[in-house]
Amino acid sequence: MACKDCSNAVLEEARQIVKQVGSEPEKVIPLLQEIQNRHSYLPDNLVEAVAEVMEVPAADIYGVATFYSQFRFTPMGKHLIKVCKGTACHVSGADLLTASISDELGVEEGGTTEDMLFTLETVACLGCCSLAPVVMIDDKVYGKLTSSKVRKIVKEYKNGKH
Amino acid sequence: MENTRVFVGLGSCGIAAGAQDIYDYMETELKPAGTDLEVTSCVGMCYAEPIVEIEYEGERRRYGYVDKKFADELLESVKTGTFPEKNLIAQSDEGKEYLDRQVKIVLKNCGIINPESIDEYLEADGYKALTKCVEEYKPEEVVSIVKDSGLKGRGGAGFLTGLKWSFLAGAKGDYKYLVCNADEGDPGAFMDRSVLEGDPHKVIEGMLIAAYATGAKEGVIYCRAEYPLAIKRLNIAIKAGEEKNFIGDNILGTDFSFHLHVKEGAGAFVCGEETALMASIEGKRGMPRLRPPFPANSGINKSPTNINNVETYGNVPFIILNGAESFNKYAFKNSYGTKVFALAGKIKRGGLIEVPMGLTIREIVTEIGGGTSSGRPVKAVQMGGPAGGCIPERLFDTPIDYDSINETGAIMGSGGMVVMDDSTCMVDVARYFLAFTQNESCGKCTFCRIGTKRMLEILTRITDGKGEMEDLDKLVELAEHISKTSLCGLGQLAPNPVLTTIKYFREEYEAHIKDHKCPAGVCKSLITIQVIPDKCTGCTLCARVCPVSAIEGERKGIHVIDPETCTRCGLCIEACNFDAIEVV
Ligand SMILES: Cc1cc2nc3c(=O)[nH]c(=O)nc-3n(C[C@H](O)[C@H](O)[C@H](O)COP(=O)(O)O)c2cc1C
Ligand code: SF4
Ligand code: SF4
Ligand code: SF4
Ligand code: FES
Ligand code: FES
Repeated sequence: MACKDCSNAVLEEARQIVKQVGSEPEKVIPLLQEIQNRHSYLPDNLVEAVAEVMEVPAADIYGVATFYSQFRFTPMGKHLIKVCKGTACHVSGADLLTASISDELGVEEGGTTEDMLFTLETVACLGCCSLAPVVMIDDKVYGKLTSSKVRKIVKEYKNGKH
Repeated sequence: MENTRVFVGLGSCGIAAGAQDIYDYMETELKPAGTDLEVTSCVGMCYAEPIVEIEYEGERRRYGYVDKKFADELLESVKTGTFPEKNLIAQSDEGKEYLDRQVKIVLKNCGIINPESIDEYLEADGYKALTKCVEEYKPEEVVSIVKDSGLKGRGGAGFLTGLKWSFLAGAKGDYKYLVCNADEGDPGAFMDRSVLEGDPHKVIEGMLIAAYATGAKEGVIYCRAEYPLAIKRLNIAIKAGEEKNFIGDNILGTDFSFHLHVKEGAGAFVCGEETALMASIEGKRGMPRLRPPFPANSGINKSPTNINNVETYGNVPFIILNGAESFNKYAFKNSYGTKVFALAGKIKRGGLIEVPMGLTIREIVTEIGGGTSSGRPVKAVQMGGPAGGCIPERLFDTPIDYDSINETGAIMGSGGMVVMDDSTCMVDVARYFLAFTQNESCGKCTFCRIGTKRMLEILTRITDGKGEMEDLDKLVELAEHISKTSLCGLGQLAPNPVLTTIKYFREEYEAHIKDHKCPAGVCKSLITIQVIPDKCTGCTLCARVCPVSAIEGERKGIHVIDPETCTRCGLCIEACNFDAIEVV
């Protein structure tokens, strides 16, 4: 079951990743996390190459990957916006934030802008509930937001201020 | 200044509120002057973030709401020794209201010590309980102390911790595992995050004591991926613990050995369930399985395994160090000790609190939390997240203990407490939770998969104004089937938010169904957004923010919303500075 699309470079990266993380069956999730850390999503050919290096069917790895919402199968925009829709944020107007970001960027929840600058996602809770409603952009969390505040912040990212 | 130390609270939500910037800003001034600037974590007063604490001549003053301007004032006072009264959050009447009723066992060090320094933990009696165990107690003695304390699991189900440990201790097998459940999936809860960020060593010490008591050889802390700071601080703590020989081989020179590592979750709520969690640790899809066999007999890699929650382990060092009585003296009915709650939602003082069993919900919400943030009447508090329920204001005299909370139809849960005021629609809340569980169902059980979908459809119909009175009976009937036939707690408890809201807020369901009205003004199909002509100044702001151009009007003229085009997104309401737009 050799991987058809795997160039040597991809196979080489797969070997590196497996060497770094380990190839025991319980390492599947950390392996996928490492792939996603490097590429922001799970590129098909790299997952298949990793399967080949580990000598397991790629379908097994995909079976695990599709179970967990952390994993993405399409490339992500330069900035990842996660709107919290946990309970505290929900009752504090999280939907308003999603609506205004969606309007500002012209992209629906789950989508990526055409210029590949932003991906808009929601998340179940960021653990900063006392600052609800909360939005995380890349590694930074913004709290006590209103739709106008979040619009302003998103505009700053658009203009390359962050 | 030699006798001065300055602490900045750098927990996740402190950082989100700007505390890192304050830290960096103060550093440039304080470092050259040789004043101690230290990192600490969540002190629980999250409503007042960013928080800076100053120790001066042995006296500590805690300041909140620190922006750059106020930071300047504080920097000045460090020089002069005269401190402002403003923004004192602990040494103030409000601070006393918030703090006086609390008893801090698990949270004792949080926000006080530097979580990245093992030395500070040691100074705060850290690892003394472990030392006491290996030097003075046999493993079975440790188990009985924990049994006597009455400590119950803080992860939700409330099983007696000492009893659980005795199962693992008695299990056959050479290689035993210990797991710390830090998956914290309840959306609206952050107890475990704060404890791990604020005092990781305490949880680790609790695990070490459990390992000593049960004979476990390897420990795994399964932590939500959304908590990068907690993961970072855990790893720092484990490394420091290994260097000091609290973790690893021949701990403290004895033949007791225990290895520990962190495993990052990958975003599946169901993995908080213990059998799913173990499957996930093994690198599989996180599907729950039937019990028995219980983890104590067949857990990770079929080896005996014990799973406890973060807060459960966090209680253990105190119990060992001070004896079972020091813990079970806080008693109410069948519950002992304290419980940590994450107070959030429409609450004036939201944050992390720890209260003795037996305090009432009202004391927590009105006295500690200061009532609603909006000043509007409080309507309910949600406890237990997607597995829990909404407790109405009229039952706020219910005491906090496992049995009393269960009687209301909610559950103690892991400690999420989301406060709701009269602008929260209870039907919408029920729908919200069901959408959550529906989405997180692993799909293994038919009723959990399909039944929750049916319930969600009915609830959506009701919030759309298309429900019928029979729908309420259908919901109750479906709920019963789902509870009875589901394999794991996710399905079994999924109907709770619906059942409790039907029980306590039936009139709100009826208003949606019979009158096609959402009394709280939340459900979009049942409301109209309109301009109040008397209040409108014609500033045009609303027309500019409306994404669908539903608002018309001349500058300085009264604006009008076209109800056909309006999608009721609410953006204009928030934008209007004159409160001139209302929901009817
Ligand atoms: C769907 C589901 C999610 C759960 N999530 C968590 C969780 O996030 N954290 C937790 O400690 N326990 C969670 N539990 C409870 C665990 O299965 C288990 O009972 C608990 O970790 C045992 O620890 P304790 O005895 O110390 O409470 C969950 C249970 C279910 C059914
Ligand atoms: S009750 Fe739901 S989540 Fe639990 S095992 Fe069954 S289908 Fe999966
Ligand atoms: S924002 Fe308010 S005041 Fe301004 S035009 Fe709209 S309704 Fe009138
Ligand atoms: S509620 Fe939304 S769609 Fe309706 S008028 Fe206001 S901004 Fe426009
Ligand atoms: S509910 Fe949004 S951060 Fe917790
Ligand atoms: S995170 Fe800072 S006080 Fe809670």
